[in-house]
Amino acid sequence: MNLFSVKEFQYHNIGPVSFDVKAGEIMGLSGPSGSGKSLLLRALADMDESSGSVMLDDIEKNQLPAPQWRQKVSLLSADSQWWFDTVGEHFDLQKNKSLMAEFEALGFPAEVLGWTVSRLSSGEKQRLSLLRSLQNQPEVLLLDEPTANLDAENTRLFEDYVKHYIHKASAGAIWVSHDREQLKRVCHIQYCINHGQFEKC
Amino acid sequence: MLITLTSFDLSLASILVLLLALLSWRMHLGISQQILIAAVRTTVQLLLIGLVLKSLFANVQISWIMLIATVMISVAGWEILSRQKRQLKPAYGLTISITSLFVSSFMVTLLALLVIIRADPWYHPQYAIPLLGMLLGNTMTGIALGMDRLVQTSWQQRAIIEQRLMLGQSSVQAIEDIRRESMRAGMIPIINSMAAAGLVSLPGMMTGQILAGAAPVEAVKYQILIMFLITAGTGFGVVSVLWLLSKRLFDERERLRFDQLLK
Repeated sequence: MNLFSVKEFQYHNIGPVSFDVKAGEIMGLSGPSGSGKSLLLRALADMDESSGSVMLDDIEKNQLPAPQWRQKVSLLSADSQWWFDTVGEHFDLQKNKSLMAEFEALGFPAEVLGWTVSRLSSGEKQRLSLLRSLQNQPEVLLLDEPTANLDAENTRLFEDYVKHYIHKASAGAIWVSHDREQLKRVCHIQYCINHGQFEKC
Repeated sequence: MLITLTSFDLSLASILVLLLALLSWRMHLGISQQILIAAVRTTVQLLLIGLVLKSLFANVQISWIMLIATVMISVAGWEILSRQKRQLKPAYGLTISITSLFVSSFMVTLLALLVIIRADPWYHPQYAIPLLGMLLGNTMTGIALGMDRLVQTSWQQRAIIEQRLMLGQSSVQAIEDIRRESMRAGMIPIINSMAAAGLVSLPGMMTGQILAGAAPVEAVKYQILIMFLITAGTGFGVVSVLWLLSKRLFDERERLRFDQLLK
């Protein structure tokens, strides 16, 4: 069964395109700058208006309140934004008892919650941003160049953790990247954008 | 017991302004022209409003008072817009600033006239016009500050607002910090002037009444009334303008939409 189903979708210079993402599957997407990849992800998360149909578990996006849709279809961009001073304030430990174990799995000590956001490295920020999104237990992850600012080691950590989550939660993901090698490593299926259309590659 | 000022008295005071202009001219400070123009403007504008009030007092009619009130509110609404760093769409901006002024100044003045002051008739211009004027002048500042802060900060922090939306927060949650900060920005001036009243500054209205021969304690009572009205008016005005603005900042799918708000 298809987890995430997109039909006749059109936004900006992309489409109309149709594609599906199955549970446990990561779809890779690459294409030249300006081909509209990031805008596509934004529109799928309902951050911009688009035409066509997007369904999650057979529920059309407009049938859910927008915040609920964005919790289930979670968009993660290359530069995450933080609005409180410390890391911990962005997390809800009451709601997520297992959170500490997750921090550990991504290589953070228990003190991480007290860390000041402005002193985080870009690698730390990106891993924490992933954890922050996963608090909502999304069913689909939209990853927009998530490792663009990371070194090789952090990139691997990030990739492994995403793969682990997708498998464990039977979720799906769309991974946008310039790095074809990376997409080969993490994705089950790969598309290139060419003149607004998807091509297998 | 009010000592009437003659034209000669005013001319004496104007000599001070002329001397200042002369000094600025001799010292090349480049502000003489502005001083003189502003002095002429204040003389003409105040004389005109004096004449308007004089004929209003001679001819107490609710329709005239409503007309003056409408003009005052519209000018204040326009003034709020012109104080914004980021220009709002004019038709929309004017609608929300006038709505907020109406909620704050107009309704509060009406309440004060009908329930507290109870002049005969309740719309007597001797009370209605100065009261509305004082409320408008102060709430206008509060509304303009709150509006400017909300629009500026949310523009600067649009990436953060969108990040919060992407994490599944509602538009209300995503903007609550900015809203709180804007409320503060709008209210601080009046809170400060309440705190400083009597110790640091003698408020203008009270001073005026004392100069005109009123008993100090009576003047103080009026000043306290005015302070409370201004505070309530500013508060309601800022709350309503922030509410209207933040509704317009998002669309029905809770997306951040500056195109709905800004020029």
